[in-house]
Amino acid sequence: MSASGTFGYGIEFDDFIDVNRLGGILTKACTSKNRDGNRYPRMAETPSGMLNSVGLQNKGVDYFINTIYPKIEHYDTHIIVNVSDSTVEGYMEVAEKLNSLEKITGIELNISCPNVKEGGMAFGTSCPMAGAVTKAVREVYDKTMIVKLSPNVTNIAEIAKAVEDEGADSVSVINTLLGMAIDAEKRRPILSTITGGLSGPAVKPIALRMVWQVSKAIKIPVIGLGGISNATDAIEFLLAGATAIQVGTANFVDPQVCIKILDGIEEYCDRHGVKDVKELIGALDC
Amino acid sequence: MKKFIHDFEVTHNHHITDDYFAIYLKCPVSLPQILPGQFAEVLVSNSTTTYLRRPFSIYDVDYEKNVLSLLIKKVGDGTVALSKLKEGDALNLIYPLGNSFSMPGGKKALLIGGGVGIAPMLLLAKLLQEKGFKPDILIGGRTSNDIIEPEKYKPFGEVFITTDDGSSGEKGMVTQHSLFSGKVKEYSAIYACGPDPMMKAVARVAAEHTIPCEISLENTMACGIGACLCCVVETIDGNKTTCIEGPVFDTRKLKL
Repeated sequence: MSASGTFGYGIEFDDFIDVNRLGGILTKACTSKNRDGNRYPRMAETPSGMLNSVGLQNKGVDYFINTIYPKIEHYDTHIIVNVSDSTVEGYMEVAEKLNSLEKITGIELNISCPNVKEGGMAFGTSCPMAGAVTKAVREVYDKTMIVKLSPNVTNIAEIAKAVEDEGADSVSVINTLLGMAIDAEKRRPILSTITGGLSGPAVKPIALRMVWQVSKAIKIPVIGLGGISNATDAIEFLLAGATAIQVGTANFVDPQVCIKILDGIEEYCDRHGVKDVKELIGALDC
Repeated sequence: MKKFIHDFEVTHNHHITDDYFAIYLKCPVSLPQILPGQFAEVLVSNSTTTYLRRPFSIYDVDYEKNVLSLLIKKVGDGTVALSKLKEGDALNLIYPLGNSFSMPGGKKALLIGGGVGIAPMLLLAKLLQEKGFKPDILIGGRTSNDIIEPEKYKPFGEVFITTDDGSSGEKGMVTQHSLFSGKVKEYSAIYACGPDPMMKAVARVAAEHTIPCEISLENTMACGIGACLCCVVETIDGNKTTCIEGPVFDTRKLKL
């Protein structure tokens, strides 16, 4: 699947790949109201990765339903909407409105965005708050509900358990890591928000460790993401315990990377005599 | 416009000065039409400090030879790596990206490029001349070393030069050139690309003379295809992406 915020709504990639080949598309975050996002500069390249502080720019759930949904409902793959907001009521409003859209398979609750002043990561860094927002949205949303977890915590497995207890169907592990970049010549931060979310190959070892920890702690499926750039990376996440994987920042470098990863996983399975890719889930020999 | 991703072959890496080079790239398929102002996202591999692609204006296009070129200034690891590419090397491009300039309302137009910002002005000068307009090209730089290949523009219009130190052309910034005290009113459009302070100054002068002005922005970006929303610019109509809705913007729409 493509990771939220790195793949637009899928249509941005139509010139490069057959989007229908993906297991699913995670859309750009959708909030209850229009959000302009943060000021430019929103991006800093860092060793083997990047920082972003986009700040959930989107035109709100009503615009999504009326204008974007008609453009993407033809896709023959799972469309999962990433849902965020600054209040529990806001999360509920978005989820409730999306509930009736036939081609939206599920939602991914984003309780881990590090780039907004209110809400976002604040919901994902304490067990009671993560549990509360999950519980509230569960009451208004019938279909698949994934919760995207923040790595900016001391014990991610505890948060995973909290959202599992409140009705999450699965968890995405991980969102970006809070980081910072400085322009030494100007003695200024590069991002307008000073700090931002780190992604790309630089975070992969941390993501892999967290997927491994979370998958041992909970029973619901774990979706692994964080720096996956090729099929080998993807297989490592499956072995660590992920049931599915998302590809994020690598889409910026190679808009065809998702298809290359799918082909590469098939090639790996053939080479290792793996009949069903599911055999790889949690098959780490340790 | 449809976007493509291809491995191009370097046919020539022309080192113009110590700081600037033009890289000529042969496309493996027939080049699609490329508009002035459009850019390519270039993959610089093999370094931890050059993870993302780099956006560069398309400098020139030779449809007969199926070659396009990029004009690049060495500023960091990525551009230095590109400067070392040799004939026969491969370079992966996503292209053509972004919008283009609009045509002037009258015959005469002024094209302004500051330093490497001159890059999109060559295709624009060609197109304007081809369509019967009369472009003047004003090239600015800190020193004569920053005035890159001025002779290339001569077939398409009159060329004027300014340098901060007076080592070539008139001394001063582009907006201090005598064109602005003389025939500036004859222009029905001004187009500019270069450092932010230069573009802001040009936009201000254009506004003073009520001449429509378009500038090509160089905001840092990740994807180049409208997915990441990192390259936004504030406009009177809200945030717009430089990669899809730009890089060319009407200065009256920008919150400069």
